[in-house]
Amino acid sequence: MSPRYDGRKDDELREIEAKVGILSEADGSALFRIGKTVVLAAVYGPRILHPRHLALEDRALLRVHYNMATYSVPERKKPEPSRREVELSLVIKRALESIIFVEEFPKAVIDIYLHVLQADAGTRCAAITAASLALADAGVPIKDFIVGVAVGKVGERIVLDLNKWEEDYDSEKLKQDEKMKEFVEYYGEGKSTDMPLAYVPREDAFALIQMDGKVPIDEIDKMLKLGRKGALQIYEKIKEVVRKKYLSIPL
Amino acid sequence: MGKVYFENKSIVLPGELVAEGKDLEITGSFYKVDDKVYPKCISLLEIKGPNKIKITPLTGKTYIPRVGDLVIGIVQEVTLSGWLIDIRSCYLANLPLREALNEFVDVFTSDLSKYYDYGDVVACKIINVPKSKLIQVSVKGENLGKLVGGRIIEISPSKVPRVIGKGGSMVQLIKQITGAKILVGQNGRIWIKHPDPEVVCLVAQAIYLIDKASHISGLTEKVKNFLEEGMKNLMKK
Repeated sequence: MSPRYDGRKDDELREIEAKVGILSEADGSALFRIGKTVVLAAVYGPRILHPRHLALEDRALLRVHYNMATYSVPERKKPEPSRREVELSLVIKRALESIIFVEEFPKAVIDIYLHVLQADAGTRCAAITAASLALADAGVPIKDFIVGVAVGKVGERIVLDLNKWEEDYDSEKLKQDEKMKEFVEYYGEGKSTDMPLAYVPREDAFALIQMDGKVPIDEIDKMLKLGRKGALQIYEKIKEVVRKKYLSIPL
Repeated sequence: MGKVYFENKSIVLPGELVAEGKDLEITGSFYKVDDKVYPKCISLLEIKGPNKIKITPLTGKTYIPRVGDLVIGIVQEVTLSGWLIDIRSCYLANLPLREALNEFVDVFTSDLSKYYDYGDVVACKIINVPKSKLIQVSVKGENLGKLVGGRIIEISPSKVPRVIGKGGSMVQLIKQITGAKILVGQNGRIWIKHPDPEVVCLVAQAIYLIDKASHISGLTEKVKNFLEEGMKNLMKK
């Protein structure tokens, strides 16, 4: 019986890469890659808000712009903000609001640009992690880093960090393909349900839980625990990257 | 009694449990949950004594205004009753007429831009930070007013104390070795003036060095060597 499509174990993450402070003009920036999904984050602020009527009396306004590059997916994505991008901008904003000390900057704005350069599933999760790094790079006061990771039920298996192939899994279609039949043996019958998560380690809580599909209620707990495990691994990795940057400043 | 979980001069990250306990004296940027202390930004932890710690942010380009600070601003708007100044904060600062001039000015007939115009660089002092209105500044005082000539560079406001040094030691060192005029704004804007533009560049490089490596020890010595080398090379030309 072969393992997952890309050879990983059920609870194994794809390869992670992170860089901080790569855009000199932004107040804070980061590049985050998980597998083939790559997201660039840029943070501007806290800064003066125009137009003034959007200002909030007692806190900073958080503006999140999640967008996918036209070349980030195999079929060119039209440049205008799609409904999906508008929704993801909103859910990511809500997740980030839970970690930023927005009350320290009343009437100001913090602009967060999340640009997906290459999409292979898990883009909103990678975007949240990238945003977290960029916010820290910008010196925006935060409670902790927030880490995005996706879990899912592919066929009958619960796995961590799905790639696009797993997200599109459909056992009925695969059975008709000679080369792909073996994967049906591994994953089992059914389609794929993905569950993007965002986890804040210091609070031991999720700031984002979404689900696209169907899962029996008694499996939810197992999926969340798997998500938390994956998130903590990403958390340790990104902290290592940030710390290394400051410890290795050459003179 | 308190417990500190990191060594002196460690880099600490937001959300990391840095210290815990009652009777801890903590300065800098942090937040507490019960008796547990966490940094809000990527910071340098310094243990100043038993139960005394300081958490200094290493990042951040936005200046948080404090009354009494000397800042270097750039005039953004000329209004009927004064000027609006960008001080690198998330709020504009207001320089009212009475804090700029001693003479009587008829606002309906005179053009205020002849005193300070758009783009002018001004050294000013913060006199009020009200909750919801504009920050109030003044140019009445020593070393304040329009800065003419020279060059402005920008660093993170959190690094300004390092550029100034204990009792002004770092900035005095730079002035001594190079002979340049330097004015350091608490908002991270620094004005450098010297007749030789290459000396201005050298001073700027030294300050960027401090900005990048503020958490490394032995910095004063490194800056001294860097400047002395630089001045020697300039003298040779």
